[in-house]
Amino acid sequence: MNKLPFERPIIKKLNTGISNKFGLRTELEPISNIDRVPVSGLIKDFGTPLFVISESTIRNTIHEAKRAFETRYPKVQFAWSYKTNYLDAVCRIFHQEGSWAEVVSRYEYDKALSNGVSGEKIIFNGPDKSEDDLVTASNNGSLIHIDHFDELYTLIEISGKLKKRPKVAIRVNMDTGIFPQWDRFGFNYENGEAMEAINKIMNSKKLEFVGLHAHIGTFMLSAGAYEVEASKLAKLAFEFKKKYGSNIDYIDIGGGFASRNTLKGAYQTGQDTAPSFDDYAEAITNALINSQLDTDDMPLLILETGRALIDEAGYLLGTVIANKKLSDGRRSTIVNFGVNILFTAFWYEHRINPEKEYSGHNETTALYGPLCMNIDQIRDSIQLPPLKKDDNLVVSCVGAYNMTQWMQFITLRPSIVLIDTEGEVHIIRNKESNKDITALEYVPNHLDKI
Amino acid sequence: MKVNKNIAVSESGFLFDSMSGDSYSLNPIAAEILRLIRDTKNPEEIKQELLEKYDVSQSALDKSFDEYLFTLKKLNIIK
Repeated sequence: MNKLPFERPIIKKLNTGISNKFGLRTELEPISNIDRVPVSGLIKDFGTPLFVISESTIRNTIHEAKRAFETRYPKVQFAWSYKTNYLDAVCRIFHQEGSWAEVVSRYEYDKALSNGVSGEKIIFNGPDKSEDDLVTASNNGSLIHIDHFDELYTLIEISGKLKKRPKVAIRVNMDTGIFPQWDRFGFNYENGEAMEAINKIMNSKKLEFVGLHAHIGTFMLSAGAYEVEASKLAKLAFEFKKKYGSNIDYIDIGGGFASRNTLKGAYQTGQDTAPSFDDYAEAITNALINSQLDTDDMPLLILETGRALIDEAGYLLGTVIANKKLSDGRRSTIVNFGVNILFTAFWYEHRINPEKEYSGHNETTALYGPLCMNIDQIRDSIQLPPLKKDDNLVVSCVGAYNMTQWMQFITLRPSIVLIDTEGEVHIIRNKESNKDITALEYVPNHLDKI
Repeated sequence: MKVNKNIAVSESGFLFDSMSGDSYSLNPIAAEILRLIRDTKNPEEIKQELLEKYDVSQSALDKSFDEYLFTLKKLNIIK
């Protein structure tokens, strides 16, 4: 006789009170397959923790974003934000879909080149560009986004020596009605610094001024802020046209679109509150089209969207290590993935589902990672079924930032696999070994023996 | 081991404590264990019955069973 599946016995106190008017469902449906690939098979083949990336989701999401903008504006170009996820396989999917590269360091710049992106299709942002970085980017015809006057003067000097006119844009910061205002990148719009930077570029006659860029914030839940941004950049472009008689090539709106994740402390889920690509596109393109810019020669609209294009394509598979009761009687569960690899647990209440079906009874649980550090808390309170040791969990919406901001701390970083559009599973980053980490270390001779 | 007289449990796992006025929800296995306690079975007999019926190792059952009994005692549901 086949035995029945066992579930840990649980008793849960019922509290009466005002019912939740939104009637949110407890998220206990199992995630047993990702793109039709069984999660149990992935765990059997690769173990846990394991990051899984869905190529189909990436491609579908970029198609959706392109549709939203290209049906509203004549010239649109996406540039993949490397810092959001710079796994080569991921970057190449975006490049195959026509995205340029948006990089913020020499490391990322060289990565983009090695991924086959031509120099003219690399946007070089960021406050830290060395003289050598600027020479390389100038020689490759890359789009250099100037962050501060020191960089501007360095670039003018370099261009004299190179006898080349590097292609440059300025980064502009501004008040878009959101708080806090991001003013650490670029030149301010309201106080006239941005126009001053443009004047210096034009007066030098050594740089080719091609565009305007702004990055107004991150996880922007208001599409309206982008409308303000696009209007101000269009106004600046118009002032430039009036003064110097030529149009700029492009307006780069930056990144910052929210994904469907739920921010900590948010009352409603991200799925209910995050603006859609259509919402963002409507706000941005309306502002540009309704500006004073010449409708026959509109600038190229560049978008450096990162998070909203990749977050939903990433999953993290993990396993329960143990269950414990805390001193106040609350249940806690320890899992084998910590904040060192799920860095975004500091910001989000991720959707976390079991891998298999349970009876539907759930309990309030504190979810801890495996690190011997008090901060290693994935969630202080989450409704989960009665999990037992060795049961598996699936964390959704982890594609952005985790695989770049993760750190090797206490444990080693896990493998990453990609499920391609045919359902084939490919390993795209091996799990680390002790050898990988110690390869960079040296032990002085006097410490040979202990 | 006995279930206190002031405890009422429904078939679906709804438990009411008439002394404190508290109510609880039990998952099917938790309700089944409480029924077996009511049938005056001792812990070893209950565990043996569960082992025969469910796909669970002895150690996993021991841990979750002992923890559950501990909770029931703390909540004054059994004595």
